[in-house]
Amino acid sequence: MGETLRHAWTLARKDLVLEFRTRTAILSAVVFTALVLMVFNFGRDPTAVAAIDLAPSILWVTFTFAAMLALNRAFQLELENQALEGLLVAPISRTSIYWGKLAANLVFVAVVEAVGLPLFVLFFNVPVAQVLGPLVGVIALATVGFVTVGTLFSAMLVRTRFAELMLPVLLLPFLIPPLMGAVQVTARLLAARPLSEVAGWLRLLAAYDVVFLTLATLLFPHTVEQ
Amino acid sequence: MLRADGLRHAFGRVRALDDISFLLTPGQTLAIFGPNGAGKTTLLKVLAGLIRPQGGTTHVEGGPRAVGWIGDHAQLYGHLTVRENLLFWAALYDVPAPLRRARVDEGLRRQGLADRADEPVRALSRGLVQRAAIARALLHEPRVLLLDEPFTGLDLAAAAEFRRLLAQLAGAGRIVVLATHNVGEGVELATDIAFQQRGRFVSLGPRGARTAGAVVEEYRRAVGGG
Repeated sequence: MGETLRHAWTLARKDLVLEFRTRTAILSAVVFTALVLMVFNFGRDPTAVAAIDLAPSILWVTFTFAAMLALNRAFQLELENQALEGLLVAPISRTSIYWGKLAANLVFVAVVEAVGLPLFVLFFNVPVAQVLGPLVGVIALATVGFVTVGTLFSAMLVRTRFAELMLPVLLLPFLIPPLMGAVQVTARLLAARPLSEVAGWLRLLAAYDVVFLTLATLLFPHTVEQ
Repeated sequence: MLRADGLRHAFGRVRALDDISFLLTPGQTLAIFGPNGAGKTTLLKVLAGLIRPQGGTTHVEGGPRAVGWIGDHAQLYGHLTVRENLLFWAALYDVPAPLRRARVDEGLRRQGLADRADEPVRALSRGLVQRAAIARALLHEPRVLLLDEPFTGLDLAAAAEFRRLLAQLAGAGRIVVLATHNVGEGVELATDIAFQQRGRFVSLGPRGARTAGAVVEEYRRAVGGG
């Protein structure tokens, strides 16, 4: 286990160095997040629907599509000079490759969310100060779920044509449960409802994370076989 | 020791490996010659563990950790420097941390890359990238070297230096398997020679006292062209 985690960390660190050196995907994702929030802000009629009613859905739609950019690039990095081949020959477990990619994707998406959340507050003027801790908690819980599944799909699709188009098409149906949970919990939090009202949704999010992390870890080695 | 026993593999209806068997012991260098599409790369990928054969078995003494692999791509990241790339692969191959820098510096020096070590790989010429790939493959001091067209892109001096290095490694008890479509390359290194065509070894045996010219002539008779 220690060896697997060490190799995963080596891989994740390399991915993050590459990303923060090129800054292509992270900048695209951050700009995309800002633009989507802006479009939703100016594209709604504030007299028809209150911002607080729309805000949770908008937040999660934005985070989901911004995360797609991260997930798309995760294994694309390994196509350069067939580096993926080198990883598969190396004496490291396939699990460490998956966990490394997952960790790098989580950091990437977390950075995008860290920029997106203040922009969301700014544009929609929602009261998050009182619920910031639980809100960050639910963002983390849902993000782990969809990045876990997305990293697996990204590996499955990396050698296919039109991978960038296929990823959202295949992934979005799997994201419905965590998105539903995340939107429901976020709505209750922003409405200052007690956490006990959303205990069921939180359990669903946690269960989704555990189930799909286990499944993805087990399935990943088969997705990268030649 | 490196053993292949009855290897079979096909891509659709195209037979890439057809009952390939051989045994190599320390110090042996097997040069596999064959035209494009003969199955040489598939054989090396099977030996490296990249492809699971549909039939037959392989055994590499020491497992994946004992294998050094140079494929038809460099398996290096363009936006990392040569040194960063080598340090990354050294970590994945569990080269002990205190030895890593020294091992990387030694590889860079041997490949004549010491003064280019801190340049990103994408800034190097193809020949220099190939030299970096050679340095990468030797970082963990593998007992078995699998080389697919390793002279591609090397200039005459670098190719001669690499041949000297391979001879030295074989002399130190390493097993080398070298695949190329160019019969003139690597003949003088080989202790054993195989001609591969349509997935089969049409000839396999010790090189003996045959000169390079005699091997080329024999190849033309066995396979055609050359």
